[in-house]
Amino acid sequence: MVKPRLKWVYACLIYLFLYAPIIILIIYSFNDSRYRGSWNGFTLKWYQQLFQDRQIMSALYYTLVVAVLSSIIATVLGTAGAIGIHNMKKIKKTMAMNLTYLPVVNPDIVTGLALMILFIFAHVQLGFGSLLLAHITFNTPYVILSVLPKLKQLDKNLYEAALDLGATPFHAFQRVILPEIMPRIITGLLLAFTLSVDDFVISFFTTGSGVSTLSITIYSMARRGINPKINALSTLLFLTVLLLLIIVNKRMSSQSPQVRKNLR
Amino acid sequence: MLLLVLAVLALSSCGKKDQVVLSVYNWGDYIDESVISLFEKEYGIKVNYDTFSTNEDMYVKIKSGGGNYDVLFPSDYTIKRMINEGMLAKVNMGNIPNYKYIADRFRNLAYDPDNEYSVPYMWGTVGILYNTTMVKEPVTSWKILWDEKYKKQILMLDSQRDSIGITLKMLGYSMNTRNPEELQAAKKALIQQKPLVLAYVGDDVKDKMIAGEAALAVVWSGDAVFMQWENEDLAYAVPEEGSNLWFDAMVIPATSKHQKEAELFINFMCDPKIAFMNTDYIGYSTPHIEAYKMLDPELANDKTAYPDEADVANCEVFEDLSDYLAEYDRIWTEVKAH
Repeated sequence: MVKPRLKWVYACLIYLFLYAPIIILIIYSFNDSRYRGSWNGFTLKWYQQLFQDRQIMSALYYTLVVAVLSSIIATVLGTAGAIGIHNMKKIKKTMAMNLTYLPVVNPDIVTGLALMILFIFAHVQLGFGSLLLAHITFNTPYVILSVLPKLKQLDKNLYEAALDLGATPFHAFQRVILPEIMPRIITGLLLAFTLSVDDFVISFFTTGSGVSTLSITIYSMARRGINPKINALSTLLFLTVLLLLIIVNKRMSSQSPQVRKNLR
Repeated sequence: MLLLVLAVLALSSCGKKDQVVLSVYNWGDYIDESVISLFEKEYGIKVNYDTFSTNEDMYVKIKSGGGNYDVLFPSDYTIKRMINEGMLAKVNMGNIPNYKYIADRFRNLAYDPDNEYSVPYMWGTVGILYNTTMVKEPVTSWKILWDEKYKKQILMLDSQRDSIGITLKMLGYSMNTRNPEELQAAKKALIQQKPLVLAYVGDDVKDKMIAGEAALAVVWSGDAVFMQWENEDLAYAVPEEGSNLWFDAMVIPATSKHQKEAELFINFMCDPKIAFMNTDYIGYSTPHIEAYKMLDPELANDKTAYPDEADVANCEVFEDLSDYLAEYDRIWTEVKAH
């Protein structure tokens, strides 16, 4: 029997290990020196410079817009795809599943280069459109893989019962199936959003015309050293996500237990 | 939703506006950003500014036809490679009157001997940065990096051409050699050095040296200037055997559809005030005579940033090794994996 105190200490160590780099990052966003090597005093100048930096603000804007748009579109496509695959016969289903797994196991650089060559071949100018299409492309399989298992768990008879009671197929889908798989759709959406924000290689090779994402901007600083403006930006992003999570959690805990059970 | 996607696609493909758009591709954090707005205001040309992290990434993108850039900022050996492969357009120097401000010693360089394709932007050397409290002897040779006395206090660059290059220089060979025996000797020396090396680093060498975590490091001169400001115990030296002299320059790809505007941009960057703003922000050495005159006297006289011609007499510029680079790749992999 492990003492509760020991468990608590162990948990603390794990969280410390996970969050220590982020905490250091935040501390150095206030350092009046460009380098980690010395602490020159507390300053807010990096935050000021951040909002005046046209490149970083533009990259932030495009990152968020592409992430939101591509995750929504990928979720719709992915959900539709999952339902379609779920209703296929054995052989077609296997083929479809293999095709779905391919982009997931493919290294990013292969996907990125392949998409770039495809866009050039189709005379599509590299820019916002191509970037968005690329993100939708690599996000959709993850949504399919998120929704499909839940579809398998559904009771087939519920849908047929709804049809028997006079509902149109779409109505039956909307009222019976959709609420059941909604949690997995939301999971797929969040996963797609995270992957989109996180992506570097595919974005680098499929964008152009002044459209850049945060990961490209930050990675391009590798030769010169990461500017502390990025520390400031990371701190702000971290705090935003933290705040959102706290709000969502508070709302969930104030709702009735029945609603919470359905959301799981 | 598909309609949304198609609409987005249609809108993004519709680049045919009346206003000319100039696309510039540069290293990250390698320009004073206000310069771009100044250019846009003065000439009414919109600038799309993208960044890349390595010459190789940029080369792949341009080679495969993606990007449609009008101005690029490659390094010396990449420029040579692109010239050899016909990827660059000849710059009409008549359209760049400000070229007169580029000092003589930065013209007719090995990678562009007739000054037809490029205009220099920033330059520097590779040398040894050392902490004077930990290194009491004069630093004049690369051999000090192989000295047992500094075991685990040496930082080497995690860059194959730089690290193999300085080893070749130490042994008395050329940094651009294709001689297998010379390369084998360099490989042996690097493997011999490995137990003495604290780490093979990238840009985190700056943090480490400022914090005093190592005694010796191989660094670029531009970074050395910064590090010396942050930590006064640090000093920089270019060894006697010679080192690497590097240049980043502005070029125009052959596929550019806005050559005139590109030349306008390059000329703008060579304007004394603009050139000074850039060198002031970036901190690297400028080849521009007037910008040099505007520098803080302390920086202008700093031998780290602006060595005399005599100091760099033995320095070489990287040449394009094209297919032979695979051999350097192999050696570096073997050294790292040993």
